Amino acid sequence: MTSRGHRVDIESVSQRFADYVAVSDVSLSIGDGEFVALLGPSGCGKSTLLRIIAGFIHQTQGRVLFDGEAVDHLQASQRGVGIVFQNYALFPHMTVRQNVAYGLQARKWARDAIAPRVEAMLARVHMSAFGERYPRQLSGGQQQRVALARCLATEPKVLLLDEPFAALDKNLRFDMQIEVKRLQRDYGITTVMVTHDQEEALSMADRVAVMSRGRLEQVAPPMDIYDHPASLFVNQFVGSTNLIEGELLASDSWGSKVRLGDGTIMSAASAKGLANGVRVVVVLRPEHVALVDESSGEARAGRIKSVLPLGAQVAYDIETSDGASIKAIAARGVQLRRPGEPVHLTSISSANCHVFAAVHSS
Amino acid sequence: MEWRRLSLALPLAALFVVFFIAPLFVLLGVSLSTDMDTHTFTFAHYVKFFTDRFNYSILTDTLLLGLKATAVCFVFGYPVAWIAARARPGLQSILLLAVILPIMTSVVVRTFAWIVILGRQGLLNQIVLGLGLSEEPLRLLFTEWGVVIVLAQVQMPLMVLPILSILAKIDPNLADASRALGAGEWRTLWRVTLPLSVPGVIAGWILTYAACVTAFVTQSLIGGARLVYMPLHIYQQAVGANNWPFAAAISIIFMIAVLCVVAGLNLLAAKSQRHAQA
Repeated sequence: MTSRGHRVDIESVSQRFADYVAVSDVSLSIGDGEFVALLGPSGCGKSTLLRIIAGFIHQTQGRVLFDGEAVDHLQASQRGVGIVFQNYALFPHMTVRQNVAYGLQARKWARDAIAPRVEAMLARVHMSAFGERYPRQLSGGQQQRVALARCLATEPKVLLLDEPFAALDKNLRFDMQIEVKRLQRDYGITTVMVTHDQEEALSMADRVAVMSRGRLEQVAPPMDIYDHPASLFVNQFVGSTNLIEGELLASDSWGSKVRLGDGTIMSAASAKGLANGVRVVVVLRPEHVALVDESSGEARAGRIKSVLPLGAQVAYDIETSDGASIKAIAARGVQLRRPGEPVHLTSISSANCHVFAAVHSS
Repeated sequence: MEWRRLSLALPLAALFVVFFIAPLFVLLGVSLSTDMDTHTFTFAHYVKFFTDRFNYSILTDTLLLGLKATAVCFVFGYPVAWIAARARPGLQSILLLAVILPIMTSVVVRTFAWIVILGRQGLLNQIVLGLGLSEEPLRLLFTEWGVVIVLAQVQMPLMVLPILSILAKIDPNLADASRALGAGEWRTLWRVTLPLSVPGVIAGWILTYAACVTAFVTQSLIGGARLVYMPLHIYQQAVGANNWPFAAAISIIFMIAVLCVVAGLNLLAAKSQRHAQA
């Protein structure tokens, strides 16, 4: 299949609604055929950014370019974007076939070219048998397949997915994620997906753009986002975390030392740009917490508060001697601990302990 | 349980029986009597109605008047509803107020205001003559088109409100999806918005139609004495000619004729909603 990818560039785009800034100076370059996920909590501006790319909203500032050409003057109907909504937005009064044909008719395809194209698209999404059904006679997954067929039929330059899997139940969601990823690969179509589900973003996208309060926090491949979060927000939003407050004692390019509340000294990753003596938070993912029996130099004493078996793993909630609560996840094979049991905590590797300046909570 | 719930509707049902169903049967009874004193059974009044072309033409004129007024009302009302559905809340309330205002004034006052506007020396004619659009003043008052215009304006809320409430319920993503698929505003309106608003449109037509054909005051004052429609005809037969049985008979005929049109519209609505029933 030939690549149908088109490059999308977002150049310092801002969007204000009255006195509310929804998107603030966002720049993002998306390569041809690339799959980028816009990830963030609700209200972070990710949907607004998607609607700006689609042409539904004209941004207050900045430019949107497809293949290096500005498309800001083009209406949504002229941009050649395909969008799949969370509720699929299939036309309820049209059959599946009529839905898929709609875009082709709107783009003035020859009448005798439309029918074969519709059949081919339905076949691609395994919906050929449902051509004469109305949308409400279909399940959520089937509706989504039709929505994808309708959208890809017109060969859009860019595929936009607005929380596409949020309305599906968990098992179906996984199937559809694989299906969409397959279609996206087959077509080589540049894709932007908006989601608040980090797993979805990490598992599907080539790059994840984490947004918060209208700004891009970090744009990186999924594993980098997880392993090397650029900000405290990204670290907290993506994956589960423990926040441990302390004071930065020393830092160089190899690592840093942080004194915690109970006096223990903790080794952590390099704290770039932070001065010694400032208040910091060390962010440690539960799976990077190691539980040991013996007290050693850096281990903190604690007590198991609760044990949650998760199947292959076990989650522990541990209370440290100074009253902080730490989450840990361990493989079940290791040693099952019981509530009340004393334990010592340490990190598997200091490189996994990210240090950020403490946020002053007002 | 079922009975208990239904019993809540009893007061309304009683009201209906006493003030609506019962009078209807009295009306039917009167229409089948020779006259008010001797209650002999007869179809004579019905036969008289259908054998007299004059009566017959009044009925068709009235039904056509309703269709014309409803059509004009729809042509002007749908855009208003469409704009109001998309407007910001502030503008929406202003538009709604403008649409509802006519119901809040008395029919008679409203109709006389129209006489001032439509008359030979009226506002409209002064504008038309002033702009040089016509040499002669337009004849609007005491013409059918005058009645149509006034009915369309007066019954506008009955058309706009049901359509607006349906338009407001249509998922805005559908219009966005249509636009992203390459459809312009007109195609989106014609292929998506309009078909989905059919239930509201039919409701609007039924309400407007029923109100237009029975609008006694507007029809008589704007239409004048020479344009006779069913409500005035019934009134003249009952009060003027003191022929109550005949008036009752044409009332029943008129009622059935209007019900047939309404039933036809309902059928149309059901047909257009096949996608929602399967």
